[in-house]
Amino acid sequence: MTRSAATGDARADAMIPAVRLEHVVKRFGGEAARGRGAGTAEGAADSSAVVAVDDVSLEIGDGEFFSMLGPSGSGKTTTLRLIAGFESPTSGRVWLHGEDVTTRPPFERDVNTVFQDYALFPHMSVGDNVGYGLVIRKVPRAERLRRAGDALAMVRLSGYERRKPSQLSGGQRQRVALARALVNRPRVLLLDEPLGALDLKLREEMQLELKAIQQEVGITFIYVTHDQEEALTMSDRLAVFNRGRIEQLGSPAEIYERPATRFVAGFVGHSNLISGEAARTILGADGTFTVRPEKIHIRAPEAEPGPDEVGAAGHVREVVYLGPDTRYLVSLEAGPELVVTEQNLATSSMEALAAKGRAVQLTWKRQHNLPVAEG
Amino acid sequence: MTATSIHATHDERPPRSLPRRLAIWLFPRRRLQLGLLLATPLGWLVLVYLGSLFVLLLSAFWEKDTFTGNVEPFAWSLAAFESLINGEVYRTVAIRTIGIAALVTVTDALLAFPIAYYMARVASPRVRNALVIAVLMPLWAAYLVKVYAWRTILQGNGLLEWVLEPFGLGQPWQGLKELANTWLVLSYLWLPYMILPLYAGLERIPASLLEASADLGGRARTTFRRVILPLVFPALVAGSIFTFSLTLGDYITPDLVSDAKFIGNVIYDNSSLGSPPLAAAYSLVPITIMVVYLAVARRLGAFESL
Repeated sequence: MTRSAATGDARADAMIPAVRLEHVVKRFGGEAARGRGAGTAEGAADSSAVVAVDDVSLEIGDGEFFSMLGPSGSGKTTTLRLIAGFESPTSGRVWLHGEDVTTRPPFERDVNTVFQDYALFPHMSVGDNVGYGLVIRKVPRAERLRRAGDALAMVRLSGYERRKPSQLSGGQRQRVALARALVNRPRVLLLDEPLGALDLKLREEMQLELKAIQQEVGITFIYVTHDQEEALTMSDRLAVFNRGRIEQLGSPAEIYERPATRFVAGFVGHSNLISGEAARTILGADGTFTVRPEKIHIRAPEAEPGPDEVGAAGHVREVVYLGPDTRYLVSLEAGPELVVTEQNLATSSMEALAAKGRAVQLTWKRQHNLPVAEG
Repeated sequence: MTATSIHATHDERPPRSLPRRLAIWLFPRRRLQLGLLLATPLGWLVLVYLGSLFVLLLSAFWEKDTFTGNVEPFAWSLAAFESLINGEVYRTVAIRTIGIAALVTVTDALLAFPIAYYMARVASPRVRNALVIAVLMPLWAAYLVKVYAWRTILQGNGLLEWVLEPFGLGQPWQGLKELANTWLVLSYLWLPYMILPLYAGLERIPASLLEASADLGGRARTTFRRVILPLVFPALVAGSIFTFSLTLGDYITPDLVSDAKFIGNVIYDNSSLGSPPLAAAYSLVPITIMVVYLAVARRLGAFESL
C-alpha cells in the first residue's frame, strides 16, 4: 500500500483528530503577556514581548506521523510544549481527542514526551526511569517490571535495567527516553528533536527505527525537527514553521514538489529562485519561481532547449564534488546564480571539477518552474 | 624582498639568557614546578595549622598540678579525660550543644529550601541577583553586631517579650528562653550557609527533568519527593556541614543571649584559668563529631555540591 493511500484511510477513520490547535498564540515576556497590551499602547507593549507562536491552527489525525519542521526560533518547539502542557497559550485552545485540555496540567494529559536532552533521571537506574510513569499510576510491581522490560526490548536495550543513564551512550539514552515515554501507552507521543544530538550514521539508523516503532504501536507521533531530510523521510504529513506561523502544511511530496512560499522553497531542499527581470527574460513571465537543482540539466553552450523546455546561458562558477553527486554553481547571463546537482553516474571527480569556468547552457522542463508566494 | 614581508631575514629567536634557560629546563619537570609553587603555602599550613592541632591533642594528656595550678608539659596523665567522663555537666553540655546544632540545621534546611527554590527556579534573573546579594549581605556584617542586635530583641523587657506579653505568652517564653534564644540566633546566623549550596544544587537540576516528571504523570509532590529531593540531597548535606559545624563550635552567641553553656564556652573558660588539658580533651569531642560527620557527608556526595 502506498503512503498516501494509508494516510488517506487513517484520516478518514479518525473522526476526531488526536490533536487540534485552534488559533493558538503564545507570547513570552513583555506587558502584552500580562494582558495589559490592549488599547493604544498595544504596539509599544508588543515590542517587549516575543511572539513564539502566532495564530497556529492545525489538526493531527489519530495514528499519524506528523512533523513540525522549521529553523530554530520558528515556534515549532513551543507548539509542541503547548500540546504537552508545559506552556499555556496566551490565547486559543488546545484539544486532545476531542477534549479541551487548554488549562490542564501536563500530568493530566494523555501524551508523553521524548525530550531533546532526553531528561533521564540521573539518580535512577534505566529500569526505574522507564518504570517511573507506571509507579505513579500505581501499576503492580510484577506488571510494571514486565512492561518496562517489554519497552526496553522494543528499543533493543534488554538487560540494561540496572545501568545508570550516565553509563549509556547518546544513542542508548535516546532509546531509554523513548521507552520511558512509550511504556505508558500514551495516545500521542511528542518528540522534540530527539535525534538532534546523535551523529549522522546513528541518526539515520534511528530514523528508520522510530518509523518502524510508530507503525508497530500505531500511536500518533508528533515530531519536531529542523532537519528537512528527516521530516521528509519520516512523516505522513508535515507543517513548515516560520516566525511562529505555519507556512505550509501537507505531505512530504506536496511540500517538496510544490512549495507554497519562497521560505518553504528555500528551507526544504536546495532551491533556485528566479524573480523580477530574470524571470521575464528566461521564463517570459512575471513573479517569483523556484526550480529544484536536480531538475536542471547542463548542456553544451550551443545546445537548443526542447519545445517544452526553457534554456539559460551562463558559466560554471564553482564545482563541489559530493561523492555520489556533484553540485555546480552556474552564473547566468540573465543575472541569478543557479545551483545544479547531477548524479555522478559516469563522471569522475576529475571530469566534474574540470567543468569549472566553462560556458554552458542550462535547460529544464517548463513544468518544473514553480511559482511561489513572496513570504 | 619588500619591506612589508613578514618573513624573518635573520635568526630572530630570543637570546638564551639564564632565566630563559632555567625556564626551558623546568618546562618538562611538572612536579618540580608544582612543588616550587606550593612549597610556601603548604609549609605554612602544615607547620601552623596541623602543628597546633597536634600540640592541642598532646596537651590533652598533660597534667595539671592541682597545688600550683600550673600545667606540666610532658607529664603524661589521663586526668583530663577522667574528669570529662565522670563529670555529668560535661555530658549535659555536649548533648545540649549537639542537640541545638541538629535543631539549627533542621530549622535552616526548612527555611532555606523555599527561598533557594524560589531563587533558582522561579525568580527572574534580576530578582535572583538581588536575592543572592540579600542572602550574602548578612555575611558581610560583623558577627558581634548581629548578635548584639538579637540581644536587644531577646533580653528581659526586650522587643520579643513586649510583643508576646499581650498574648499571655510572656511567661511560657521565659521557660524556653535559655535554649530557644541560642537556637533562634544561630539559625539566623547560619541560614545563608544553607541557602547558597541549596540554591546552587537546585539550579543545577535541568528544568527538563521536572517537566519529564510532570509529563509522566507526577504531580508537584511526587516530583519533589522522587526527583528534586534526591538530586538536591548532596547540596542539603553540604549546607548542613556549615550549619552543624558552625553551631558546634560557637561560644559567643550562647554567652551573649543565654546562660546555657555550649562546649565552646566550657573550653574557653578552662583554656586559660581552669584546666587547659581539660579544655584540650573536651575540644576533641566536636572534632571527633565533625570528622565522623564529614566522612558520612563525603559518602553522600556532599563535597561535589560545595
